[in-house]
Amino acid sequence: MNEAALIVGMFLATFSVRYMLFAVAGRVHFPAWLSTALGFVPPAVLTAIIVPAVLMPQGELWLSPTNPWLLAALVAVLVALVRRDLLTTIVGGMAAFMLLRFGFGL
Amino acid sequence: MSSSDHPQVAGRRHEFVAGAKATIPLIVGAIPFGILFGTLAEPSGLSALGALAMSLIVFAGASQFIALGLLAAGAALPVIVATTLVVNLRHLLYAANLVPKVRHLPQRWRMLMAFGLTDETFAAVSNRYLQQQDTSQAHWFYLGSFLAMYGNWVLCTALGVGLGELFPDMTSWGLDFAMSVTFIGMVVPYLRNTPMWAAVIVAGAMAIATATMPHKLGLMVAALSGIAVGLSLHLLKQRGADNGEVEAVETVEEARG
Repeated sequence: MNEAALIVGMFLATFSVRYMLFAVAGRVHFPAWLSTALGFVPPAVLTAIIVPAVLMPQGELWLSPTNPWLLAALVAVLVALVRRDLLTTIVGGMAAFMLLRFGFGL
Repeated sequence: MSSSDHPQVAGRRHEFVAGAKATIPLIVGAIPFGILFGTLAEPSGLSALGALAMSLIVFAGASQFIALGLLAAGAALPVIVATTLVVNLRHLLYAANLVPKVRHLPQRWRMLMAFGLTDETFAAVSNRYLQQQDTSQAHWFYLGSFLAMYGNWVLCTALGVGLGELFPDMTSWGLDFAMSVTFIGMVVPYLRNTPMWAAVIVAGAMAIATATMPHKLGLMVAALSGIAVGLSLHLLKQRGADNGEVEAVETVEEARG
């Protein structure tokens, strides 16, 4: 893989999206449905990344109470629902994961 | 430039420092992330120099992680770039939100701010705009937040690259879970209504169902399915509501809540 081309390509894909609206600021209006659709983008994309990472950590579906990725993710979801604080969620989820993995040897 | 500063310069400096300070808690969350990116780069097939250049030039945490995953899975360059584009679409929403705040600024400022637009800086800056009325110098606050994030991201990448060379088995420690857990912490606050729950459940289920698609295209299919279902439910709900009591932006506003 040509790394320079990859980085330039990713830069264009990132910067164009970030700059597009700033460039034409005030001259273009979003239809309401598009704004609504964009509101679903972050949670949908992030979830599509999280779920396979947690349920298929080694490439195969692993739906089991001994899957430390799954258990720690559930702990993180609970912490996030209760505290709604990013840092607490990260620390709580990582602590659960480390405990399961290295404390209980899962 | 010392105690005899023009009040405007002092105001700018104040905004800049306040912006950097307001971003510190978010930076703490980004530190393991940056280190992990640096650590995972070489095992995924990206050189140390490539990892540093990517953090310096692309500066998009989630996309960079996904690029590593795709590289490791042997995806082709156009697939990685297209996925980056989809993952970054959330920035359109942030930018749309900030448009009224950049209208008075010259294009070079807008470019700088666009380059520095991240989940974290958007969060810090939104608070700043909500809390104080006078926003004439708030772009300096933005700059402070952006440079704090940027400096941290690049430093942590370098640190991670170094650590990865010192401890080659670090990748087997399961640190990749830091990314999942960070994303969980970012997703959960959105879950405040049925369309949002539906979008997330569909995206997650579709991600598993499409996991075997080549080039990790399943990620895009899953995300777009979730968005489509969420949007449809939102529009249905809106139609069901009597006289337009449910505003079009409700879901978005609630999510940001």
